[in-house]
Amino acid sequence: MPGNPPTGLLPTGLARGTTPAAGQPTTDDPGPEGLTAPGPDGHSGPPAAPHLSVVPAGLGESVPGGTRSARGKPAARRRNRTWFRIISPLVVLVGWQLVSMSGLISQQKLPPPSTVFHTAVTLITTSNAAYGTLQGAMLVSLERVAIGFAVGGAAGLVLGVVAGLSRLGENSVDPLMQMLRTLPLFGLIPVFIVWFGIGQLPKILLIALGASIPLYLNTFSGIRNVDAKLAEAGQSLGLRRGETIRHIILPGALPQILVGLRQSLGIAWLALVVAEQINANAGLGYIINQGQAFLNNSVIFVALLVYCVLGLLTDALVRLLERRALAWRHGLLDH
Amino acid sequence: MAPRTAGSLSARARAADTQAAQPAEPRTSEAQAGTDARPAAWVRGLTREFAGRRVLDELDLDIAPGEFVALIGRSGSGKSTLLRALAGLDRGVTGDLGVEGTAAVAFQEPRLLPWRRVWANVGLGLRTGDAKTVALDALEEVGLGARADAWPLTLSGGEAQRAALARALVSEPSLLLLDEPFSALDALTTITMHRLVLRLWAHHQPAVLLVTHDVDEALSLSDRVLVLAGGRIALSERIDVPRPRERDHPELTALRTRLLIELGVVTEG
Repeated sequence: MPGNPPTGLLPTGLARGTTPAAGQPTTDDPGPEGLTAPGPDGHSGPPAAPHLSVVPAGLGESVPGGTRSARGKPAARRRNRTWFRIISPLVVLVGWQLVSMSGLISQQKLPPPSTVFHTAVTLITTSNAAYGTLQGAMLVSLERVAIGFAVGGAAGLVLGVVAGLSRLGENSVDPLMQMLRTLPLFGLIPVFIVWFGIGQLPKILLIALGASIPLYLNTFSGIRNVDAKLAEAGQSLGLRRGETIRHIILPGALPQILVGLRQSLGIAWLALVVAEQINANAGLGYIINQGQAFLNNSVIFVALLVYCVLGLLTDALVRLLERRALAWRHGLLDH
Repeated sequence: MAPRTAGSLSARARAADTQAAQPAEPRTSEAQAGTDARPAAWVRGLTREFAGRRVLDELDLDIAPGEFVALIGRSGSGKSTLLRALAGLDRGVTGDLGVEGTAAVAFQEPRLLPWRRVWANVGLGLRTGDAKTVALDALEEVGLGARADAWPLTLSGGEAQRAALARALVSEPSLLLLDEPFSALDALTTITMHRLVLRLWAHHQPAVLLVTHDVDEALSLSDRVLVLAGGRIALSERIDVPRPRERDHPELTALRTRLLIELGVVTEG
């Protein structure tokens, strides 16, 4: 799994397209990693150790083994690096378990990972009257996110294209979107309840609203940042307006549109948590509310962890998409 | 093949484009040695202002079919402005101009679309059915057949510029506009590119307008050197030395001095 900070789950995800240009280079983090000079890799010694057996004993002693095998096998080195990323979460997990078990913090407040795990297993295997099953709740939440994201993402994309391609579009769409993007989602809940009741609709609309903004902002600025010289070259080749948009402007904006896609997905999950505070009677948010009502923190932790995992999974999906769609940039990184 | 016309200019210029069929007012302001054929490109009274500053001032120019013209001038003298006007990329010009047939441009930067394979860049805008075959042939001709499937970002500067040349020539333009296409290349690559351009020119026989700041480049490549100064063609000199040319050929040496004086680099005497 690509180890990237789960942008969607961090509050920083809310910063959205304010620094769109800076967002671009981050989309290929595994690449630059592979590029870094092998110099400071003395640290990669332990994970690289298995390869040492290949090196004759005499050589192995005179040369720092880690760096040597790292130079020789870039692919293996990259794999080692990936494993490296698991260490710090593991350390936190072990620390958490120890702190909880030692009684430093009461297990009521901070249930240890082992308890959380057991709770998760129980929630999956048995249908509790108070909570339902975990997978059932996941499906309900997933459905909300999927519909809300599809609606909001499509709207953001279309509006971004409209605003990006013409002054008229910009002047009519952008002021409204700029106003919308400053609206706090939480603040909208009461209004949405009054307008749309407490059923599925206000939840989906809230998610859609949240998800539309980053895609809109990134699509808009992605289009505006396309190199005018390329469009001019297209013009000199006799491309019509529609062809210029299809062959030059949209592909040129794609890297940033994909950044927007990832941010939008992140916001969609955030908005889900908020939306499920509205009288949900199923879903992960509902489980959290029930856990709070029954003072069962380990249930809350399970639901939170599921949010994390789902957010990471969708993020990984977009990264996969990026790798395929932006293959032309890899040439740049591999050289 | 649908033409890549440079005629999509101002309404006035477009009207003039169609008039080109009946040669408009053959003012022989240029030293056109016995060209009775219609010019490949012609410009009359072309004026362009940027923020009140006149960059082109009632400029006249004819380029004969198949003629290789080099345009030199100081930085900011309007060389590129004239080229862009001929390419149909500048809607702010006034005056008349026309291109007989089609024009194509190779810019200073290759301007390849990084998200299209090299061959797909060359075929961009081609409206024939077998655009890929045509593009591959063009790449073969510039010696880039092996890189046809590469991503443009993996090309070297010289390779990218060769791809850009192939893209410009693939539509068989009657006027090839070169906007300092070698200025970003290293000296050795430039020599190779000069040879390539001459070979392509001999084979396809388009009229060429090469904008450059390099006097030696102009002298070694062109049939005629123009100096742009004060918004007009200040000097137009034919070069009849056969190619390949020795840099220190007496005629070229004499002309080099004249050009440098005209450009204000060398003072007379």
